[in-house]
Amino acid sequence: MSRIYVYILLMAVVTYAIRALPLTLIRKEIKSTFIRSFLYYVPYATLAAMTFPAILGATDYMLSAIVGFAVAIILALCNRSLITVAGCACGAAFIVECIYRYVI
Amino acid sequence: MEVGTFKDFKEGCRDGVPICLGYFAVSFAFGIGAAGIGMTVFQAALTSLLNVTSAGQFSALDVIKRNGSLIELAMLQLIINLRYMLMSASLSQKLDPKTSTLNRLLISYGVTDEIFGVSVLKKGKLYPMFSYGIIITSVFGWVTGTAFGAFAGQILPQILVSCLGLAIYGMFIAIIVPDTKRSNAVLGVVVGSMILSSLFTYAPYLKMLDSGYRIILITVVVAAIAAVVAPRKEKDNE
Repeated sequence: MSRIYVYILLMAVVTYAIRALPLTLIRKEIKSTFIRSFLYYVPYATLAAMTFPAILGATDYMLSAIVGFAVAIILALCNRSLITVAGCACGAAFIVECIYRYVI
Repeated sequence: MEVGTFKDFKEGCRDGVPICLGYFAVSFAFGIGAAGIGMTVFQAALTSLLNVTSAGQFSALDVIKRNGSLIELAMLQLIINLRYMLMSASLSQKLDPKTSTLNRLLISYGVTDEIFGVSVLKKGKLYPMFSYGIIITSVFGWVTGTAFGAFAGQILPQILVSCLGLAIYGMFIAIIVPDTKRSNAVLGVVVGSMILSSLFTYAPYLKMLDSGYRIILITVVVAAIAAVVAPRKEKDNE
């Protein structure tokens, strides 16, 4: 059915326009302290809101998610790289789930 | 020099590896969902290649499944992905003002939560070559994960799929947490956003707000408060 391609293309056009308009139209440096400060804080607010509490449901068991979350926070506070933090969070959750599924 | 060098490209590829892994796991789940509503492997992979938006794509599956109207789909994408507008505006400040329209149009393609997070918090200017490296690496994971998910259904054991779901959040944490140590304002923004987000996820009535709106609302409110309470000085932004 070809209607599905219409759906896919429509989504793509809307999403791309949202991304491309600000990047192509805003050429000059923004002088306003408020706007600059606002934009500086945006990623911290967005990523924090997306991470918690969504992370608690990211795995099959909340316990493995909590352990992974704790490991990630600790390693991030120690300034470890992205891949170390992400990898160890997954690894810690894996160990917890192995114990949960096969030992207990 | 405004485009950057091959070194910037490689650096982008390296920073894209954790995103690629996280995307693979998330898009794998999307692929399974897409196959579930009758999309072919090609259609699912094409959707991922052209959209690169997890929340947007997941939400679209439901509309496509019940043959919903095109206006509904367009509105849904506009609202769920509205946050990219903020991110794009923020990224425009990291680019050299002389960066060409073509480079800007290409970078726009890859404005996602994760790619944006890494790009915007990178120290100094953002070079398009860095963006291309991180975009190519990340989108590779996003599209192949979708294709594998749609094709194989279950290529990985469930326990691995479950644990890989943490990769993306681990990455977010690695991006936002270190800066909380040297700025109380950033600490306040991170903790405040997490508390508000929990409130809007679990509290009666508030939880009726869809996740896209939730993220927009919290971002605008918290970042605006922080900008008023703790404005950044000109040189702080570098």
